[in-house]
Amino acid sequence: MSTTQSSPAASTSPESARPSSTSQALNAALSSATRPPRPGPLSAAITFGWRGMRKIRHVPEQLLDVTITPVLFLLMFTYLFGGAVSGSTGEYLQYILPAILVQSVLFTAVYSGVALNTDMTKGVVDRFRSLPIWRPAPLVGAVLGDTARFAIAATVVVLLGLVMGFDASGGIGGVLLAMVLVVGFAFSLSWTFTTVGLLMRTPSAVMNTGFMVLFPLIFLSNAFVEPSTLPSALEAFVNANPVSHLITATRGLMGGDSSAGDIGLVLGEAAVMTAVFAPLTVRLYRGKG
Amino acid sequence: MTSPLAIEANGLVKTFGDTRAVDGVDLEVARGVVYGVLGPNGAGKTTTIRMLATLLRPDGGSARVLGHDIVSEADDVRGLVSLTGQLASVDDDLTGRENLILLGRLLGFATKQARVRADELLVAFGLQDAAGRLVKNYSGGMRRRLDLAASIVVTPELMFLDEPTTGLDPRSRNQVWDIIRALVGLGTTVLLCTQYLDEADQLADRIAVIDSGKVIAEGTPAQLKASVGQGALHVRLLDPERRDDAARLLAGTLDAEPQLEADPAALSIRIEDAERAAEAVAELSRADLGLAGFSLSQPSLDEVFLALTGHPAEDAETDVEVAA
Repeated sequence: MSTTQSSPAASTSPESARPSSTSQALNAALSSATRPPRPGPLSAAITFGWRGMRKIRHVPEQLLDVTITPVLFLLMFTYLFGGAVSGSTGEYLQYILPAILVQSVLFTAVYSGVALNTDMTKGVVDRFRSLPIWRPAPLVGAVLGDTARFAIAATVVVLLGLVMGFDASGGIGGVLLAMVLVVGFAFSLSWTFTTVGLLMRTPSAVMNTGFMVLFPLIFLSNAFVEPSTLPSALEAFVNANPVSHLITATRGLMGGDSSAGDIGLVLGEAAVMTAVFAPLTVRLYRGKG
Repeated sequence: MTSPLAIEANGLVKTFGDTRAVDGVDLEVARGVVYGVLGPNGAGKTTTIRMLATLLRPDGGSARVLGHDIVSEADDVRGLVSLTGQLASVDDDLTGRENLILLGRLLGFATKQARVRADELLVAFGLQDAAGRLVKNYSGGMRRRLDLAASIVVTPELMFLDEPTTGLDPRSRNQVWDIIRALVGLGTTVLLCTQYLDEADQLADRIAVIDSGKVIAEGTPAQLKASVGQGALHVRLLDPERRDDAARLLAGTLDAEPQLEADPAALSIRIEDAERAAEAVAELSRADLGLAGFSLSQPSLDEVFLALTGHPAEDAETDVEVAA
């Protein structure tokens, strides 16, 4: 109002004096609002999970990443390297399908951090943080919602693999358990990326960091080649890499020769990741603002 | 629940690095009123509101909101207040209806009740036709109305409004003002941050003027305006050559120093009351100076600041609050 032209002198109308139709409707809406009891932690988290699912539904294009990329990888690796590495594409498919499953789902986990970072720049987080709810609910809910994404990526890879002729000796049960194991591990891994998501300034920085960490971990594993073919120092790294452990356990479940030890190791590593990074994420989230 | 005050802040301090964004703010806000916090960008308004809404932990001082300490009883505070932030606290990637259902569920409604409540609010705020559209496709005014609707899914006892009309066209702004008046009519206390003097004037019962993280004046709108006069008379002539004559005449009639504006045919002068301004215009007309147009303007925030601090409101630290 520092300039003049637009405001003719007496622009103040006595609106407060006469009740407009707006305020009547408003009064009705206002007076009918009774406060229900507060929701429990789980209910609040599930509501945030619902929010994530609605977003996928509104912008289904965001699933292209998690569906097309695995398809490309599976086709390229199988038909490009199959003959060279294993002597036949069919044999190599047996070897790498579980690995591509792991790779696809783990890459998807980076998006948990990207999405959180994007969210933090928006005003809606302020509202969430000013609500009387269990404070980690938005985070737990978001990561729960992301597991839907993981499940979609996993399903795409497995279905394509079966079409290409993957022989699942572990049966339907084994394949499903393998998918559950991978999705569960990715849930745990998500917490490391949500931590990164709260530390970085921009979504693209989160994405770059996430991929920079994941690429070596996935390629320097037993995903694509037998570790015994590697130089010994590298072989030692590959054998200590948790991604190798996950791939071994997944191969076991899908191929019908799983060992409780392999699975137990993966579950233990997932538990450690969650125990460290979930509380760290929550702490960073609380301190933000 | 026994405290008679809605907000009671004593020496609140918040620093970001070397910047003391809020530097010892005291506030006393009675229940059931609209309390305006007026100041330019970067004055510390948003930081203050964020501390009171428990989003930021103060580095010094203390505050009680509706009788609860904002640090040790933050959860109790959250159960009684709602916040409408500067950026419009709604989710762009959901529809308007989904936004309200989301909040209803987070506040404890069962899914079905949350839907009923969402539809009720959409109608009350004139958003029923846009209910199924994504909020990112809403206009600024619609976003704000949705934002306010989201703030009253459950009627709060205290509502924080951070610059609710910044960037809105006049019609949307009037709608938002109507909504705020209706809320207050039902007993909600409103803490309103604004950089517009006329907005505070329209809505607020009392105003605190804040500058560089400190409260520099406090009182009713009438008291504040008394310190800066009634605003200014702006005059535009047909012939720039006559401006000096007009300036002399106005200076004589209104007993103030006219300001020559960039437009060579325009000038303005501060006025003390509207009657004398009307007389001055009549004088100009009688003197046959060729009047092209005239208008009165309200005192601006800049003028309030000039009167209170001796320096104009500055935008220098604009980004501090946003980045925080």
